[in-house]
Amino acid sequence: MTAMPAPVMMNVRQRRIGDKLAIVVLGFSVFLIIAILAVILGNVAIHGAGAVTWEFLTQPPRDGLMAGGIMPAIVGTAALVILMSIAAVPLGVATAIYLHEYTPAEGLSLAWKRFRVSKGRPGRRRLFFRAMSALLATITRSAVANLAGVPSIVFGLFGLGFFIQFIGRSIDRATQPPGEVLWGQGSLLWAACTLALLTLPTVIVATEEALRTVPQDLREASLALGATQWETIRRVVLPGSLSGILTGAILGISRGAGEVAPILFTGAAYYLPFLPGDVTDQFMHLGYHVLILSTQSPDVEATKPLLYGTVFVLLALTFLLNLTGVIIRSRTRSKANR
Amino acid sequence: MPMRHFDREIEHLKELLLRMGAMVEDQIAESIRALLERDTAVAERVIAGDSEIDRMELEIDQHTIELIAMMQPAAVDLRFVAAAMKITPELERIADLAVDVCERAIELNREPQLKPLVDIPRLARNAQDMVRQSLDSFVRRDAVLAREVIARDDEVDSLTEQSFRELLTYMLEDSKNISRAIRLTFVGKYFERIADGATNICEMVVYLAEGKVIKHSNESA
Amino acid sequence: MTTMEIVTPAPAATAVPRPPAAAPAKIEVRDFNFFYGESKVLHGIGLDIPEKQVTALIGPSGCGKSTFLRSINRMNDIIAGARGEGLISIGGQDVYAPDVDVVTLRRRVGMVFQRSNPFPKSIYENIAYGLRIGGIKDRRVLDETVERSLRRAALWDEVKDRQNASALALSGGQQQRLCIARALAVDPEILLMDEPASALDPIATQKIEELVYELKSNYTIVIVTHNMQQAARVSDRTAFFMLGKLVEYDETRTIFMNPGEKLTEDYITGRFG
Repeated sequence: MTAMPAPVMMNVRQRRIGDKLAIVVLGFSVFLIIAILAVILGNVAIHGAGAVTWEFLTQPPRDGLMAGGIMPAIVGTAALVILMSIAAVPLGVATAIYLHEYTPAEGLSLAWKRFRVSKGRPGRRRLFFRAMSALLATITRSAVANLAGVPSIVFGLFGLGFFIQFIGRSIDRATQPPGEVLWGQGSLLWAACTLALLTLPTVIVATEEALRTVPQDLREASLALGATQWETIRRVVLPGSLSGILTGAILGISRGAGEVAPILFTGAAYYLPFLPGDVTDQFMHLGYHVLILSTQSPDVEATKPLLYGTVFVLLALTFLLNLTGVIIRSRTRSKANR
Repeated sequence: MPMRHFDREIEHLKELLLRMGAMVEDQIAESIRALLERDTAVAERVIAGDSEIDRMELEIDQHTIELIAMMQPAAVDLRFVAAAMKITPELERIADLAVDVCERAIELNREPQLKPLVDIPRLARNAQDMVRQSLDSFVRRDAVLAREVIARDDEVDSLTEQSFRELLTYMLEDSKNISRAIRLTFVGKYFERIADGATNICEMVVYLAEGKVIKHSNESA
Repeated sequence: MTTMEIVTPAPAATAVPRPPAAAPAKIEVRDFNFFYGESKVLHGIGLDIPEKQVTALIGPSGCGKSTFLRSINRMNDIIAGARGEGLISIGGQDVYAPDVDVVTLRRRVGMVFQRSNPFPKSIYENIAYGLRIGGIKDRRVLDETVERSLRRAALWDEVKDRQNASALALSGGQQQRLCIARALAVDPEILLMDEPASALDPIATQKIEELVYELKSNYTIVIVTHNMQQAARVSDRTAFFMLGKLVEYDETRTIFMNPGEKLTEDYITGRFG
């Protein structure tokens, strides 16, 4: 065999230049992002830090929102986030567990095909249930995917139409004296439910990812020791994926904490003389407060400091949530590897 | 570290070999006794006991092959098993030679003694010693002792020659001596071959201890 | 991951020729076939695995030996489309009978996998896992059982002072012995080992082999190995599989010194595979 002529290669110098160019471009993008972030945060910090006083944080607003503090909004936001988490996280985690652990691995088309060709053979009923389970999983997954793409204002309208007017009013008709409206109006409860729907996809996807990181070996080891599937999930899979699940939950929660559109029609109010006492009460909300201050204020200049202050508090809360997430994640991760 | 399963198998093989060696030494001792004391009963017992030695040879053979197939011994362990495989038939041949001695003894006992035996007993004791020492050297994996035993073989050869020359004179003297003299010559030959067997065993011991093959070299007898 | 097909056992086929077992058979297999979906991967397997001995399953890759092993404790159930037909009975009880509780079966039949898979928990908790599932909470019972299992797996001396350390901090060989201890903790009758030493270095392998040799006085062991010499060193009986069929099954010394089938001999001598 004759030797092949050596292929003509680009000289090393050219390739090195390409390499360096990539670093420069990528570095510049990073710099750009950081710069933008710095500008936004800097702007807020400069104008808002001054307004954040003890009075600001602990007093309700006065003079038609032009003075005073934002304490009710803080309380309302906190209450909302807590209720939303209670609604979203267990449901999301449970759904993800079902999708990942209990769904037939072969997928819908294969499961259906196996069922079809099994005519007359034993075990047909079992194959049927497998196929149905695969169908349910497919439907659930596409529902989750679509849900993730819905604009947040649509969630708000859904919350109004379904939770408040349909369910809320039905409950009122059944439980309240005629004409009385208790459940059929905007409240913490319905706002939390609406927000929960919004954050569900995030929680589900992140939880499934976390479950996926648990190696199949461990499940097999547990089953081989005579554990049932649920015992395996409870004792091996969940503890092993806890950090990922928590991350996903906190990601969802911090996203939901900042959303304003879904709560517009479902319970947020721009001024309330009292703090929300139970789940049927309306509430004030930091994000909503920002909207009101920037659009409804009679004297824009006077309320500017208050506006910046509110934004500052809102961002601080978001960062606090994310930081908590990071801390929890790193601690559960290190605990698992001890 | 506790003894491995493999080490136990090797130990077992060694025990079997030593047991066989002890039995062979016994046979040699008894055959000498049968010859010198002119005791036919002892000779017959030796002949009968040979079948047990044959059985042991087969058992050890089987054992060594199994050990190789199942345990894949390496290095010194492999040399040990190889040595065991070669020493066993050597021991069996030595035992057969003792039987041959006894057969001649029985024949000699039917006739009056030709002469007081001097050389042959010396020859016999040498061969007996060499066998015992060769087995000792195997147990202790002592190549030095093994080489000493190999060196003694020359002495045994010259004793055999000496004994033969003496018996030759008896044969030339009187034709009635011939049959007894010839039988005694055979006996001398048998003991010489027993000594050769012992040196073969010692060559195996050197291989086991040092990994060196001295068979057919100028170090061997 | 739902359970797999349960098919009523086929009627006892004509006896598959097998050499008489010296000990009472613990596991009886008659005309066992196995399918992954449409493809048949085990054909008419029949053999008797004797009690308290080590039986090795050897054969080239993909010959079905691991599949067969996993059929004994029905670990194949978790694989989609897996289906077994025929008889596997343990102590006289058909493993695939409709009323068999797989969870109980898997306590009686322990399994050790090719790559060690300790839980990301402490050494103690790994071994106590099987007990806790069984509802045992008494600290004393747990302590005793953990110690006994670690001793049986020849790991006690090495870890007795750090039972609360993470299992993942152990070396590969130690982790595998931990998995063995974990399996032993629930006191199974049978131990299935799927190439337990294939991911280990020679020293660790030798320790595992020595351990198997010690364990057989108390447990019936079935070990799959692609290392023929390991099968020769460790087992009493050996079964040679090829392309999903049982080619030969006999005492180990016969298989390795004078096998009956030419295929077996070709494999043992390395002429293929």
